[in-house]
Amino acid sequence: MNYPKILIAVAVMAVVTYLPRMLPLAVFRKKINNRFVKSFLAYVPFAVLSAMTFPEILASTACLWSALAGLITALILAYFNRGLLTVALGSVGVVFLTETILRCCGIL
Amino acid sequence: MTQPLQPLTFQKGLRDGIPICLGYLSVSFAFGMMATEGGLPVWIAVLISMTNLTSAGQFAGTALIISGGMYIEIAVTTFVINIRYMLMSLSLSQKVDDRMTLPQRLGLSFGVTDEIFAVAMQQKGLINARYLTGLILTPYFGWALGTFLGAAATGVLPLAVRTALGIAIYGMFIAIIVPPSTKSRPILLTVIVAAVLSCLFHYVPVFGGLSSGWIIIICAVAASALAALKFPVTEEEEREVAA
Repeated sequence: MNYPKILIAVAVMAVVTYLPRMLPLAVFRKKINNRFVKSFLAYVPFAVLSAMTFPEILASTACLWSALAGLITALILAYFNRGLLTVALGSVGVVFLTETILRCCGIL
Repeated sequence: MTQPLQPLTFQKGLRDGIPICLGYLSVSFAFGMMATEGGLPVWIAVLISMTNLTSAGQFAGTALIISGGMYIEIAVTTFVINIRYMLMSLSLSQKVDDRMTLPQRLGLSFGVTDEIFAVAMQQKGLINARYLTGLILTPYFGWALGTFLGAAATGVLPLAVRTALGIAIYGMFIAIIVPPSTKSRPILLTVIVAAVLSCLFHYVPVFGGLSSGWIIIICAVAASALAALKFPVTEEEEREVAA
């Protein structure tokens, strides 16, 4: 294992995670006035999380069917405004159940 | 969580952080598992959680470390995923007590996550350093502990549980993006465009050479720019989006 390379990469991640949080709060105390930039920044979190979730979520479990079951569960729970823990563990639970059933049926 | 008459003490911060802490436990458990399954030792997984304290950014960055990504790729991917924090810190800078000192700002800005930010903005009036410190500490502890437990348990847990936990992070992302999508058409558009583009990049062979880091960057920038052009935010919307 190449520890120096990994530790440098971890430090790089830590710095580029810290800077966007720190700079506005510590240095720029004025407001951004450019409407496009403001709008762009407002939509970025949702775009990033969406691009990270789809289609990766379908490959995050043992098979496509359990992932689909987990995805649908998460969408339904989130649609009804359940919290982070409920949505995350709810989808994990359904994936576990689906895979157990598929294993019992000899499909998985 | 908004209780106007309750003073914003350190203890109230710790208490308000408990629901976030519980959510983080499950997701950081999955993170710890993912890191050690990828071949990283337990202490590196915990080190990443304790120095980064971010969900999406460190999942993506760690996946790139495991797959041997370049520093520049790791830096740009993590940075783009974390650009959203600029907006949050900016909103927060209008919300904090003027007496908050520079060292306090330098320290507390480390703890600005999507969830901590959301709870902080729900408080009535200005927020002080003591409250924010408490609000950050509980989730921070949960994030580190969950990572350790997940990383250490990888070898012990049955395979069925491990494969099921792989979906936890995506479940949390869905919990963050779906509720605002049902209330705001621009956010719904952003989410759908980003998802469709991302699927195209993954399934259309022409784009086969691109790593997942660059795909996230291109999709997020394109979807956000399109939404910003079609639906420029007004002041009130901006606050709603931020909350």
